[in-house]
Amino acid sequence: MIESHDPFNAILQKARALVDDRKLEAVKAWKAAHPGALAIGHMPVWSPRALVEGMGALPVSYFGGGDQVDVIKGDAYFQSYICHIPRSTIEQALAGDLDALDGMMFPAICDVIRNLGGMWKMLFPEKLSFYLDLPQNFDPAIGGKFFALELKRLVRELEKRGAPKFDRDRMRAAIADENERRAALVELDELRRKEPHRMRASEAYIAVRAGGMMTAKEHTAMLRALLDAAKSRPARKFDNVRVVLVGSFCEQPPVDLVVTLERSGCDIIDDDLQLGMRMIEGPIDLDAAEDPVDCIALAYLRKGAASASRYIADLVKGRPLVEKVRQSGAEGVVFAAASFCDPALLDQPMLEAALTKEGIPFTTMKFAENTGQFQVIREQAGAFSDSVKLWGAA
Amino acid sequence: MSTNVSKDVSKERPVTDKRDEGDRDESQRRQKEMIGDHFQKLARAKEEGKKVVYTFVPGNLTELLGALDLLPVLPEINALQSGMRGRSGKYIAEAEKAGHSEDVCTYVKCDLGMIKSGNIGPTGQKLPPPDLLLLSYTGCFTFLKWFELLREEYQCPVVMLHVPYQPDGEITDEMRAYVVDQLKNEVIPALEKLAGKKLDLDELSRRMQLSAKAEEDLVWVWESARHKPSPIDGYFGGVYYTGPIFSSFRGTDDAVDYYKLLRGEIEQRIARGEGPTTPDGPMGKEKYRLVVEGPPNWTNFFDFWRMFSREGAVVVASSYTRVGGLYDLGFRHDPQKPIESLADYCLGCYTNLGLPSRLGLLEKYVREYQADGFLINSVKSCNSFSVGQLLMLRELEKRTGVPGGFIESDLVDPRYFGKANIENRVQSYLQMLEARMNRRAS
Ligand code: SF4
Ligand code: SF4
Repeated sequence: MIESHDPFNAILQKARALVDDRKLEAVKAWKAAHPGALAIGHMPVWSPRALVEGMGALPVSYFGGGDQVDVIKGDAYFQSYICHIPRSTIEQALAGDLDALDGMMFPAICDVIRNLGGMWKMLFPEKLSFYLDLPQNFDPAIGGKFFALELKRLVRELEKRGAPKFDRDRMRAAIADENERRAALVELDELRRKEPHRMRASEAYIAVRAGGMMTAKEHTAMLRALLDAAKSRPARKFDNVRVVLVGSFCEQPPVDLVVTLERSGCDIIDDDLQLGMRMIEGPIDLDAAEDPVDCIALAYLRKGAASASRYIADLVKGRPLVEKVRQSGAEGVVFAAASFCDPALLDQPMLEAALTKEGIPFTTMKFAENTGQFQVIREQAGAFSDSVKLWGAA
Repeated sequence: MSTNVSKDVSKERPVTDKRDEGDRDESQRRQKEMIGDHFQKLARAKEEGKKVVYTFVPGNLTELLGALDLLPVLPEINALQSGMRGRSGKYIAEAEKAGHSEDVCTYVKCDLGMIKSGNIGPTGQKLPPPDLLLLSYTGCFTFLKWFELLREEYQCPVVMLHVPYQPDGEITDEMRAYVVDQLKNEVIPALEKLAGKKLDLDELSRRMQLSAKAEEDLVWVWESARHKPSPIDGYFGGVYYTGPIFSSFRGTDDAVDYYKLLRGEIEQRIARGEGPTTPDGPMGKEKYRLVVEGPPNWTNFFDFWRMFSREGAVVVASSYTRVGGLYDLGFRHDPQKPIESLADYCLGCYTNLGLPSRLGLLEKYVREYQADGFLINSVKSCNSFSVGQLLMLRELEKRTGVPGGFIESDLVDPRYFGKANIENRVQSYLQMLEARMNRRAS
C-alpha cells in the first residue's frame, strides 16, 4: 500500500496507477491529446522505443495481464506447459483491453513471443504485428547491417500505418530523450545500490515500469522528481542481505512477490525485471553514424546487456552476473524465473555454475505472473537471507 | 527437431517393429548400413585425425561440412535415438538431478544426460567430442541455449549462423544477404580453419547437385501419398524417408542411391495397389487419410504408430517431415549459386515460418492430399512447434471444413506419454471421423 503524504509516495502512486492501467486509459488519453498519432505496443524484452518515438508514435511496453486479469479465453489458446504471459496477452487483446494500440511488436527473444506474433497476425489482421528480429551476429558490417535494415523496415511499416514521414532531426531528438532517461535510470540504480532503504526494489520497479506507458521525456521528469524526493525522504535502514534478482526479464512476478522478498530480509539492489529499459548499457551514440537509425542498431550491438536471449559469442558465461554481484557489493543471487520460461531456465544452470565457482550463494524459485501465494517464497527467501547473514553462504 | 531414425533398437527393447525381424525393404537395410557406416567413421574420427562438428537438423550445412571433409554429429538425432532405445527417461533424470529444470525442452536434457552417462551413441560406440559447435540457429531459440550448455561441457569453439525468421512467409533480400554474409565471413572461414584447408567451391557445387537429385526423389516419395490408397505413411514412415536427407547424407552418392531405391519400391507398391508398410507388416485397407502437425513421440513410437495403422489410418502428409526443408514447395539446392542456396535452405525450414504460413501449408496438404482429418500432436518440449497450435486447430477446421484432433505427449520424456489416454483420444477421433464419413457417403 503506497501512501501519498510525502512527495516520493505521491509520485509512486501515480506510477503505480500506470502499472495497473490494464485498459490502457493513459494511452487513450495520450492519443486523444495527439490526434492521428499511433500507439505501438511491444512485448518484452527490448524494443527500439526511441525509434517509435522518433516516428511520432507512443511506444507502450506491455508485460501481460499480471495478477489482475482473470484468464479464461486465453487458456483455451495455450497448452498447460506454456508460460503465462501469452495467455493474459490474448485474454486482454480479445477483451478489447488493448484496443488503444495500433500494433504490437514482438521482439525475437523466444519461441513463445515469436509464435504469439503469428497468432496476433491471425487474430487481429487489421493491426500491425511486427516481428523484430534481433541480431545474434555482432559485427557491424554483418549483424549491424541486417539490424539497421530491420529497423528501417519498422520505419516503413509505421509510415504505412499513418506515422509522419521519417525525419532525421526528430529521430535524433527522440534518441537524445532516450539518452536522458537512460542517465536518470543510471542514477536511480546507483541510489538503489548505495542506499537501498531510500529506494526499495519494489518502488524502483514501479517507477521504471511506469515509463513504458509514457514518452522518454515525461519519464525522465518523473524519475528525476522521484530521485529528488528519495534523497530527502525519511527512511529507515534495514539489516538486510544484499541480493541480485535474476530471471524475471519477461513475464513479471507480481509486485507483491518482490515485496515479499524484501520483507524476508533481502535488499534487491539489482534485477532484470525491466531489462528492456536498461538493455542498452549507456547512451546511444549519436555520432556513431550519420543516420540515427544506424546509431540505434550500433548501440544494440555494442552496448547490449547480456541476457538469456542474446548469443554469448566470445564472452564467458556468467561473467557479467558475477561482475554485477561484485561491483554492487551483493552477497547473493535470487533466481526467480517464470515457470516454463525456456530462456531463463536453460540459462540458469550455467549462471549457477559461474556463481558456485566464485563462492557466491544463490537460491532459486519459480513464479507465474498471477502467483497469489507467497508463503513458500517468504520462507525460502527468509532462510536464504538468514543463512547468508550467518555464514555468508546458503 | 529431427527425423533420422536408426533401426538398431533390438538390444535395449523387445522387438516391436516386425520389419526388424527380416521383413525390411531393401531401402531400409540400405539406410541402416549408411547410418552404421557413419557412426563407424565417428568412432574412428580421433584416431584418423578427422574433425567432428556438432550441429542441428534444421538449417544444417551438410554439403559444406562434407566438402571440407568434416564429420557431422546431430545431437537431436542422438536424443531421439535415446528415446527409441528406452534410455531417454534415465538421461533426462540425470540432467534434472544436475539442476536442469523439469520445464524445459527434453531433447536438451536427454543429450546432457547422455553426455554425463558416457556419450554412447546409438550403435553402442562412444561419440567423439566436438571440435566445433556449429550453431545453425534456425527455427528454434532453444538451439542457442543448447549449444551454450554444450560449450560449457566441451570447452570448444562455437560458430553462430543466425538465420532470421520468416514472419510473413517471405525470404527477403535482406535476410538472404545477412545469412550469406555470415556464411562467407564467419562460418566458412571457421570451418576452413578447423579443416585445415580451403573450401573448394566446385566440390560444394558437386555435392549440391547430388542434393538436388535426392531432393527430387524425396518429393516424389512425399507426393506419392496423393494416390489412393497411399503407398506410404507420410509421418511415421516419413521419418525414415527423411532420415538420410535431413542428416549426414545430403549431398552424397549414398543419399541419391537411397532415394532412387526407395522410389523404386514405392513405384512397385503403387503398381500393386498396396498401402504402406507398418510395424505389423503391410497395412490393411486404408480407411482414413490424415494430415499430422507436430513431432512424433519417440519413447513409444511403435505403439503410437500402431494406434493409427491398426485402425486403417494413414498419414498422407505431415509438417514434421518438413523441419529439415520444404522441398515440396519447390526449393532445391542450387549448384549454380551454392552459398545463396544454402542461405535459402536455412531460411526455408518449416519451424522458421510464421504461423500463418504454417497454417497455409497444412491447409494445402489437407486439400491436395484429400485428407479426411488432421491431427495435432502437441509436444511439451517444443515451444517452437507448440505455441499457437490450438489456434491453428480452429482455423484449419474453419478453412477446410475437415475435423481436427488434438493430443499431447512429448518427444523423449516417457513421463508425458500416457498410452491409454492417447489411445482413447485417437480412437474417439477416428470413430468421429468414421461417423462423419458414413454420414457424407449416405
Ligand atoms: S516468459 Fe520466457 S518463455 Fe515466456 S514469453 Fe517470456 S521469455 Fe518467452
Ligand atoms: S525446442 Fe523443439 S525445435 Fe527446439 S530443440 Fe527442443 S524439440 Fe527441437
